[in-house]
Amino acid sequence: MVSRRVALTAAGVGIAGVAGAAAVGAAMMDDERSPASASPGDAVAFYGEHQAGIVTPAQDRLHFASFDVITKDRAKLVEMLREWTAAAARMTQGRDAGLLGAVGGQAEAPPDDTGEALGLPASGLTLTIGFGRSLFRDAAGTDRFGIADRLPAALEALPHFPGDALRPEISDGDLCVQACANDPQVAVHAIRNLARIGFGTVSIRYSQLGFGRTSSTSREQATARNLMGFKDGTRNLKLEDTDLLREQLWARAEDGAAWMAGGSYLVTRRIRMTVETWDRTPLAEQEAIFGRDKGEGAPLGQAKEFDEPDFAVKGADGEPVIAKQAHIRLAHPDFNNGAHLLRRGYNFVDGSDGLGRLDAGLFFIAYQRDPRKQFVPVQRSLARADILNEYIRHVSSGLWACPPGVTGDGDHWGRALFA
Amino acid sequence: MRKLSVLTATAVLGLGMSACTTDPEPAAPGDTTGPITVKASDTACEVGRAETAAGTVTFTIANGGAKVTEFYVYAAGDRVMGEVENIAPGLTRELKVELTAGTYETACKPGMIGKGIRGAFKVTGSAAPLTADAKLAEATANYQRYIQSQTAALLPKTEEFVAAVKAGDAEKAKALFPIARTYWERIEPVAEIFGDLDPKIDGRAEVIEEGMAFTGFHRLEQDLWEKKDISKSGPIADQLLVDVKEIVAKANAEKLSPLQLANGAKELLDEVASGKITGEEDRYSHTDLWDFAANVEGSKASVQALRPTLEERAPELVTALDTAFANVETALGKHRAGDGWKLHNQLTQAELKELSDVINALAEPISKVAAVVAK
Repeated sequence: MVSRRVALTAAGVGIAGVAGAAAVGAAMMDDERSPASASPGDAVAFYGEHQAGIVTPAQDRLHFASFDVITKDRAKLVEMLREWTAAAARMTQGRDAGLLGAVGGQAEAPPDDTGEALGLPASGLTLTIGFGRSLFRDAAGTDRFGIADRLPAALEALPHFPGDALRPEISDGDLCVQACANDPQVAVHAIRNLARIGFGTVSIRYSQLGFGRTSSTSREQATARNLMGFKDGTRNLKLEDTDLLREQLWARAEDGAAWMAGGSYLVTRRIRMTVETWDRTPLAEQEAIFGRDKGEGAPLGQAKEFDEPDFAVKGADGEPVIAKQAHIRLAHPDFNNGAHLLRRGYNFVDGSDGLGRLDAGLFFIAYQRDPRKQFVPVQRSLARADILNEYIRHVSSGLWACPPGVTGDGDHWGRALFA
Repeated sequence: MRKLSVLTATAVLGLGMSACTTDPEPAAPGDTTGPITVKASDTACEVGRAETAAGTVTFTIANGGAKVTEFYVYAAGDRVMGEVENIAPGLTRELKVELTAGTYETACKPGMIGKGIRGAFKVTGSAAPLTADAKLAEATANYQRYIQSQTAALLPKTEEFVAAVKAGDAEKAKALFPIARTYWERIEPVAEIFGDLDPKIDGRAEVIEEGMAFTGFHRLEQDLWEKKDISKSGPIADQLLVDVKEIVAKANAEKLSPLQLANGAKELLDEVASGKITGEEDRYSHTDLWDFAANVEGSKASVQALRPTLEERAPELVTALDTAFANVETALGKHRAGDGWKLHNQLTQAELKELSDVINALAEPISKVAAVVAK
């Protein structure tokens, strides 16, 4: 098996045309970089105790897809998960989806890789799978694949939150795959090839592109900004917070579902922002709504981004400097029973909405050990009181059980669940 | 050994990037069997060799121009023996076409319009074509009989439809429209071989080229359903019948190669996926499900003709195809209405998605048939 870049330079495997030649040139230059430094093109290990794409330092781009399972055949579903795992193991290492590759197969046959990532490096691609509630039991309560007894208690359906404007056609799903990479083409290529492998077994329910990370999941990363212009995820759970990760990110066997040990629960929300009205809001009001200053990102009353907010300090008017309804107060662990989330959301702009406004917002992604104790209480307090709600609308929602990592060649996504 | 030579040909394409690769062996001078390079530009179509030996002929077309181009191999009367469409500037594409001894024409179509830049092309000898395999020969004969069975119905049904239009009987014409089209849609890959006839008979308003009139089934569909006036449709109806007669005569004499059969089966499903599920095909009448069913039936007929070969070479593929065809038939069967089908705009988005899913599930295994046949 050769990587996409090696395949291009190897004798006897031809790529037609100018575009191919240009790609080869770029790849050769890339190879001259020092292999020791972690660069945006590098590969992230696929195998491991936990799935990659959770505490992995957040890549720049997202392609998230939710799938409906359209077969009733359990064996067929498991076989597809096996094929997906093999393809994911290859693609995350910068290889073609199939064994023959985009140009290595028989001329009369369609290639087993779609080819748009030829010449591109692995680009930090991670592929993270999750299982939705409906995979265990359908709306009528039927045990679809004989795994209903393995439904984790933590996968309890999310409640309705005040202001939810969820569209069913872009919510939920039986399976999800989160593809993150530093090159959007690599992320899109991965989802496209998995969807193709899945034809007849699964069907894409909805997919979402994200163009810019809004969270940092490592202290080595600068905090990115959301489309409201504010630093987002300053207080995020990070790779380095090992004790908190053990406590609040990774599920354990004693939580109830043994097959989820080492896994994590994912909540996805497509949050539309009416950026046009936000942009006409005065700076002071914007900062009061978030509870942070816009430039540095420091909590109001403090100097630096990572300074601890002081929720008790009052201004000259006798009111708290960080308002009672400020976003950082409502979302802070101190007011939510110590609940943390590992967020790795992405900004999106899906064109415009026909009313002269951008269809823009945040595709919120949060991992946690138990949504009932983490996302749900935090979102309850936000939905009830957050002034930001005037500028945002939750239009899609998903809740997923992301199993532990694939340990090696003989393992595959869902092996423990379907064992 | 044919397969090996194809792989070599693929390697030769890499000339443009030879700085980064080991140069492949140059073709021996005087070679009359290797792949033929075609240098296409906006003003020229240089075919590397104007003569070759009969059998599977491989062209590698490099578009060095600024316009998107197409490449065709025509037999007498502009019968398309093989074509590659949509070759973007800078791209190189490959065309494999089975040719017996005779004279042909090659053509590049920069900008994808007009008669193109033509060149004479000669095929010599009598190298055994792929059909020498007895089962494949039977497949082509079998499918030829299928075509004849369909044209035998297409012609009288079109005559009835045309007569109804000319008599001003809109209700009868509307009832006959999807039925006549069924026989057409089942064998459309054959029809597409005959160049201009396909758009004249079945072109949609937006695909008609400049200088060409909007004629055929869909023009009459527009008159019947949208304009609700067929008082001036007589000449269009007459022309449709003339064109259908011509294509029926040509189709009946046509013998598709096994590769054409395999690719035709896939193309019919592509038609379903891109035109019928979206409701674009019959946008005035919304009778897309008739065409949908006919495309699937035609695809199945092609695959069935190849079945003896497939059973021998890839039995697991036959099983997968049988299951996938059955799933399509079940999903489509839910939308029966009397002797026909529900209208496209009577289906919900969820129902259309189910149809899309089963077609995708069938088209993936069908896309593997050509490679099995070419083994």
